[in-house]
Amino acid sequence: MKNLRLAIAHNTGSLIAFGLFLILYLFYSFLHPRGFTTDLFVQNSNEAMTLILVGMAQTIVVIMGGIDLSVGAIMTLVDSVASDVVIGSPGAVFLGIVIALGVGLVCGLINGVIIVYGRLQPIVVTLATGAVYSGIALFIRPTPGGQVDADLSWVSTNALSELPGTYKWWEGDPPGWFNLISGIPMPIVILFVIVVFVWLPYRNSEIGRASYAIGSNEGAAYMSGVRINRSKLVGYALGGLFAGLAGLYFAIQTGSGNADPVQAGTYTLNSIAAVVIGGTSLFGGVGGVIGTIFGAGVLRSITFCFRVIDTSSPFGFLANPLLQPMFEGLILLVAVTLGAARSFGVKNRLNIFR
Amino acid sequence: MNDVIDNSPPLLELRGVSKSYGGVAAMSKVDFATSARSIHAVLGENGAGKSTLIKIISGVVAPDEGEMIFDGKPVKFDTPQAANAVGIVSVFQELSVLPDLSVADNISITHPPKRFGLIDHKRQRQRAEELLARVGCEDINPNARVGSLPLSRRQMVEIAKALGRNPKLLILDEATSALTAADVERVYGILHRLRDDGLALLYISHRMHEIEELAETISVFRNGRNIRTFAKGACTDAEIVQMMIGREVSNVFPAKPARSIATQTPELEVKHLGWTDRLTDISFSVGKGEIVGLGGLDGQGQREILLALFGVLRGVSGSVNIRGKAANIASPVAATRPANGMALIPEDRKTEGLMLPLSIRENVTLASLGTLSRNFVIDRTAEASAVDAMVSKLKIKFGKITDAVGTLSGGNQQKVVIARWLLTGPGILLLNDPTRGIDVGTKEEIYRLLRDLADAGTSIVLYSTDYDELIGCCDRVLIMYGGQIVRTLEGEAITETNIIASAFNLPVEQVRAPAGERL
Repeated sequence: MKNLRLAIAHNTGSLIAFGLFLILYLFYSFLHPRGFTTDLFVQNSNEAMTLILVGMAQTIVVIMGGIDLSVGAIMTLVDSVASDVVIGSPGAVFLGIVIALGVGLVCGLINGVIIVYGRLQPIVVTLATGAVYSGIALFIRPTPGGQVDADLSWVSTNALSELPGTYKWWEGDPPGWFNLISGIPMPIVILFVIVVFVWLPYRNSEIGRASYAIGSNEGAAYMSGVRINRSKLVGYALGGLFAGLAGLYFAIQTGSGNADPVQAGTYTLNSIAAVVIGGTSLFGGVGGVIGTIFGAGVLRSITFCFRVIDTSSPFGFLANPLLQPMFEGLILLVAVTLGAARSFGVKNRLNIFR
Repeated sequence: MNDVIDNSPPLLELRGVSKSYGGVAAMSKVDFATSARSIHAVLGENGAGKSTLIKIISGVVAPDEGEMIFDGKPVKFDTPQAANAVGIVSVFQELSVLPDLSVADNISITHPPKRFGLIDHKRQRQRAEELLARVGCEDINPNARVGSLPLSRRQMVEIAKALGRNPKLLILDEATSALTAADVERVYGILHRLRDDGLALLYISHRMHEIEELAETISVFRNGRNIRTFAKGACTDAEIVQMMIGREVSNVFPAKPARSIATQTPELEVKHLGWTDRLTDISFSVGKGEIVGLGGLDGQGQREILLALFGVLRGVSGSVNIRGKAANIASPVAATRPANGMALIPEDRKTEGLMLPLSIRENVTLASLGTLSRNFVIDRTAEASAVDAMVSKLKIKFGKITDAVGTLSGGNQQKVVIARWLLTGPGILLLNDPTRGIDVGTKEEIYRLLRDLADAGTSIVLYSTDYDELIGCCDRVLIMYGGQIVRTLEGEAITETNIIASAFNLPVEQVRAPAGERL
């Protein structure tokens, strides 16, 4: 009981993000003519997936007390690369995926090496490397184009039900248990796999916890004998890998590549917003990717809501798409305010600054 | 120079070790040895080289020259974890806890128990429980965040964490400075047990009676040299103090004046102050030129009284009168207004007192910029002369006035905090454990300063965890227990036995009851 209360207190941010997401998404689903159908759910999760992955990349870096302004650029670079290499025979597609993710990993690692061994500020380093990665992406793909394996695209952007048929896993009707889960959108399945097989092991590894320690108090972590450099390198590399996953998914979803630097910048800024809404402290040491998933969900839900508000209603003027950035900003403020609301109850004002 | 103490080979030996920072020698040609199965105290003023000694032994800094032998083998550490690996573990004065992580995470931050390559949370929790039980802190929940614990509990977590690393040599740097009296007793017990288990313990403290109670061997450092190493009892207190400061200290505390204050309107009058469940019905007054001490076990509400008076706490009930007028103090800004004229020397100079990267000058004038400005612009000449006056009054030692305050020694940093507040010309000075982690020489200067201020008419409220200080400095001492003032000690009644007995809320027979006392 006591531990449950502690667990809630330690995850307030994620819970607020989850609550906001639920409110916005339910509002949207009720107004949408096809609300609560698998089709709509699949479509929405496709649209949210890239931002979720970029947000996860950002979270890992922010937990260490850093910031990565190159996540959007890495995503764009991997997107451009993937639209060249993720095509052909099944073997070639697999190799292409490995290459694409490898590019993301290496980009993150380069960030880490410069920050750790150059002893430079993450914000400056990633601002610079982000521009470099964006430039390379433009060099590879000066105009939108390229192609991604069609089967892979089809499977990754539909419900789980399409997976066995496309790759002919079994003949005839699927087994009974499969029908229970066949309606789950593929992005959610991929996300689940990533959380279970990448995030949770990282979170529960010595290196992962060291990254929380670094964000919490780097000096104390050093004095405690924590291997700071190793943890930072792994953290930045993992951030690059997640940004790479985002780029790969974006290529798969759109079926082509696009090196637009403006889009890279938008994703970077939205990733920071998703991290903050998700309850991860920009000072580091507190938070996690689960909150960020819902944080990204909140941002995307706002976009969705604009599609369903009746423009002829008295509040129709609010549905003007030009107002969307304003609403995103307001929701960001609401989320941050809710997260900070506890400070109104603080009896000792000194604790507000801690 | 070193007396022969033990025939067994030392566990750790330093030969001719030197270290300079930017041309200033912090340690020069130091020989030092310590043996297993012993508690070895290192004494010295701040800047004497104790911190550097510890940093070298625990791998935080590398020495410029000299050699180090541990367990019969020459060693060189380039990181703290290299020192940890051979069994040298430190509990630092500057707490090395990770506030956002749980107690269990902190204790097992390196080498956590693992299952399938991942951290095994269940075993890690059990391990934390075992270690906390070993230091007598079963009450700490291993899942709690360390940042939510009070300072004294955090320090106990630090000690549990150090024990968890199975040290051969355990270094405690001012490890008891944040502890409550009950915890200190427990820590003594643990240290004696560890020594009997065969550990070598290096103990650094500014509290003389602690060293007498604990150590078998004592080394005194001064100006980066090991002045002398001797067995306990070989030198008297006065001799040790003299070795440390290199001059004779006649009397640490200045004489108290005969009191004739009671008749005037009190400078500060507190009536029925309350705050959450931490303060209940606090009433007391401080006369002009009086030093009133707050005593008792740590964490009984003493800090909260000071914070409440200074307007830091929200939801405080009761009333405060300053010079006979009701004062409504809702923030530190209000507290420092000339009409109220309060100043608070905070508990932790590093987090609440100083802006470490700013210069000494900027730190000193921070609270007085209003009076030092003309047309919203700081008057440089006025600032410079104000700072010069304070620096010479408090004898602050530094390289350049524009140096970052973080480069000063602890004692000089504390003087900078005090200088800042004296510059505001406060009528009421609140001090929250101002001499914690400060060398004897500076302490003495601070005591002298407090008495001079009181003689000049300043009213002082002093909270101290050091009983000697309360006895030596205060005209009256209010003993707190459970958020209430349980006893007021005055004049001759301010003795260590009375303070301790009152602190534990036991009846005190030999106390003559002053008028108006609670209980």
